[in-house]
Amino acid sequence: MPLIIKLLAQRIALGLILLLFVSGLIFAGTMILPGDVAQSILGQSATPEALANLRAELGLNDPPLQRYIQWLGGAMTGDLGTALTSGADITESIGKRLSNTLFLAFWAAIIAVPLAIFLGLLAVRFKDRWPDKMISAVTLASISIPEFLIGYVLMYLIAVKLRWFPSVAMINDGMSLGEKLGAIALPVTVLTLVVLAHMMRMTRAAILNVMQSAYIETAELKGLNGFQVIFRHAFPNAIAPIVNVVMLNLAYLVVGVVVIEVVFVYPGMGQYLVDHVSKRDVPVVQACGLIFAAVYIGLNMTADIVAILSNPRLRHPK
Amino acid sequence: MNDHLHYLARHAAAGKLSRRDFMAKAAALGFTAAAAGTLLTSEARAAGPQKGGTIRMGLQGGSTTDSLDPALSTNQVTLMLIRLWGEPLVELNDDGGLDGKVAESYEASADARVWTFKIRNGITFSNGKSVTADDVVKTMERHSGEDTKSGALGIMRGIQKVSADGDNVVIELDTPNADLPYLMADYHLAIQPGGGIDDPAAGIGTGPYIIKSADMGVRIVAEKNPNYWGDIGHAETIELIVINDNTARVAALQSGQVDMIDRVPPRTAKLVDRAPNITVHSTSGPGHYVFIMHCDTAPFNNNDVRMALKYGINRQEMVDKVLNGYGSVGNDSPINSSYPMFTAVEQREYDPDKAMFHLKKSGHDGEILLRTSDNSFPGAPDASALFQQSCEGAGINLNVKREPNDGYWSEVWNNQPFCTSYWGGRPTQDQMYTTAYLSSADWNDTRFNNEQFDQLLLAARAELDTAKRTQMYADMGALQRDNGGLICPMFNDFVDATTDRLDGWVENAKGFALMNSYSPMKMWVKA
Repeated sequence: MPLIIKLLAQRIALGLILLLFVSGLIFAGTMILPGDVAQSILGQSATPEALANLRAELGLNDPPLQRYIQWLGGAMTGDLGTALTSGADITESIGKRLSNTLFLAFWAAIIAVPLAIFLGLLAVRFKDRWPDKMISAVTLASISIPEFLIGYVLMYLIAVKLRWFPSVAMINDGMSLGEKLGAIALPVTVLTLVVLAHMMRMTRAAILNVMQSAYIETAELKGLNGFQVIFRHAFPNAIAPIVNVVMLNLAYLVVGVVVIEVVFVYPGMGQYLVDHVSKRDVPVVQACGLIFAAVYIGLNMTADIVAILSNPRLRHPK
Repeated sequence: MNDHLHYLARHAAAGKLSRRDFMAKAAALGFTAAAAGTLLTSEARAAGPQKGGTIRMGLQGGSTTDSLDPALSTNQVTLMLIRLWGEPLVELNDDGGLDGKVAESYEASADARVWTFKIRNGITFSNGKSVTADDVVKTMERHSGEDTKSGALGIMRGIQKVSADGDNVVIELDTPNADLPYLMADYHLAIQPGGGIDDPAAGIGTGPYIIKSADMGVRIVAEKNPNYWGDIGHAETIELIVINDNTARVAALQSGQVDMIDRVPPRTAKLVDRAPNITVHSTSGPGHYVFIMHCDTAPFNNNDVRMALKYGINRQEMVDKVLNGYGSVGNDSPINSSYPMFTAVEQREYDPDKAMFHLKKSGHDGEILLRTSDNSFPGAPDASALFQQSCEGAGINLNVKREPNDGYWSEVWNNQPFCTSYWGGRPTQDQMYTTAYLSSADWNDTRFNNEQFDQLLLAARAELDTAKRTQMYADMGALQRDNGGLICPMFNDFVDATTDRLDGWVENAKGFALMNSYSPMKMWVKA
């Protein structure tokens, strides 16, 4: 299959070039942030001498291009440098935060993706009848309400009133898996509600689109029942757009959950990034930006690859 | 009162009777819930602090970028951590005086230029080493060297020389300063072994707790220091969780995940207080919200314009609407009763007629521009709108311009002639005036340039006679109130909350929030 390998190689190369381009943008972007790291670190109590001392120590006086090349070289070898503010090793501290974020995203995805696809199929099966309308209404409502509001409402009802799950989703190494899952129950629920509608609507639309085809009619005429037609004939042909939207939402679960992390005090990447942005800790902001970009590009690339692989015309070229 | 009720209260305090049962039985005996609750509290106090247990705090202000190095501490969380593991030479007590910590006692030379601190005998750092005068000298050096990044550098400037003399530390000043011991209570100046020069962020000091795990900006756990010399630090473990979101912090308290939080939003504080197991504590402090005019810039260089604006503000309305009652009215002076040598003067009220009179007298015509932003203090745009309305009643055309949060402190504050701002306050008048009202101060954000005021400030600093000093500060206060560029409508209270799992809160302790950040050490878990 030379064509397909060529296509895949092209996709991956494109992804890498895009990532390099983004790294340049990130670096340039952080350069033009207003304010000064030293001033932000020392706060209102800074004296001019202390500011000058800190600036010199942090190497803020070097030319930008030199810093970019050094940074990119380090990033490729897994060394993201040290945080200006705390002097901590960035790779190490991001590793911990990233694994927390992935933990949350993983459990949200485990629940949300199958649920969304199942609800989408259900909506197609009962198109324009009450299950379809109810699923659409509920999921659209949950995506329309701002996520922090859903968070606060759940927090009030479930954590404060019923006391089933904690409102502070604090996890640490000393906890068992069960305890961790209990701690993240609320944020996982909110994230599920937020990403559900998008994936479910896309599944429904993609499959409905396929359902217009002649071969579906043939399948029905063969005597297959509604679900069999959807599963065996419609779903495999609608997989590309569904995977696309699933990947977009997975990316959102990793890079877009800052608000949820703040509301539930979850020690993930979002909070880590926000803290460092407000202190103008440029190396950390760059590292986070690079990781977020890599996640986004990686997941979208995966979606493309799945789309290619799921297309029989590309798998079996004439 | 009824003997039987006291008997019940003692039982309840000792944990043999639940609070609910006690309240029910007290009600049966004809006592109101409030009276019974007070009795229960006093019995629990009388039973004394109980040892052991875990106190869990949810605090605002921490960040992943924080460091355990006390020199770099800038927020409530890092301040609290220093309180846990370390101690300065002396510390502000609940009444506003000073208690010895690492220093047992101190004395001044007759001219208040040379101060001698005697180091407490036989105390050790949490790494086992005993505390020597040399450690203190090195600590002071680390915070005052020209290459230091310490937030305490400003207050160390007037110090000429620090030297060890046996068990004593001798501090020599450039000019006399009667307030030097108060400066030594600065939280950055926690005494560290070897001054913390080798490892500033080790978190090793003489405090009541030892840091066990620190995930900065997330969660910090500390355990009791078994060799601590003092009588505070009752709980076995302290757990500090950083919760920056207001709603999340309150929810964590309400759901029982934490026992203590700071910065309850004034808007919802009364609702939070309504929960049966939660008490909201409002403590008055030196922090205040201000409108500042540059005395050297037109039209504010005319004292009649300044007076017109001072009479054109409705202070009580601001306390009621901006602080929701959690605060007190200001009197156009940065000093209030939380300062040791405060003298009360007549309260300036909203008076449209006087405002109009001064405006006419000034001859100023046209609008006055006030700049504000959300982060200059909580509710600043609302306060500015209120100011605009009350000025309208006095015929003053006040125009409010909203500025972006980003860059407010570098572009607007201390640059533009009229804007909103806040001050956290300082422990002494001298420090507050020196920081912001001395004509040569970097942060003289009202461009107040009054020779008589400056002379009084320097004279008061060298005066050891408290009565004379108090009079000097009163004179300075009057000068500033009637000539200065400061409009101070309100002092904001510190609003904290605890659950009834804890006991030992001291009402109206001096200093800053959370009993000057000593609440986890001075409170205890009820048995």
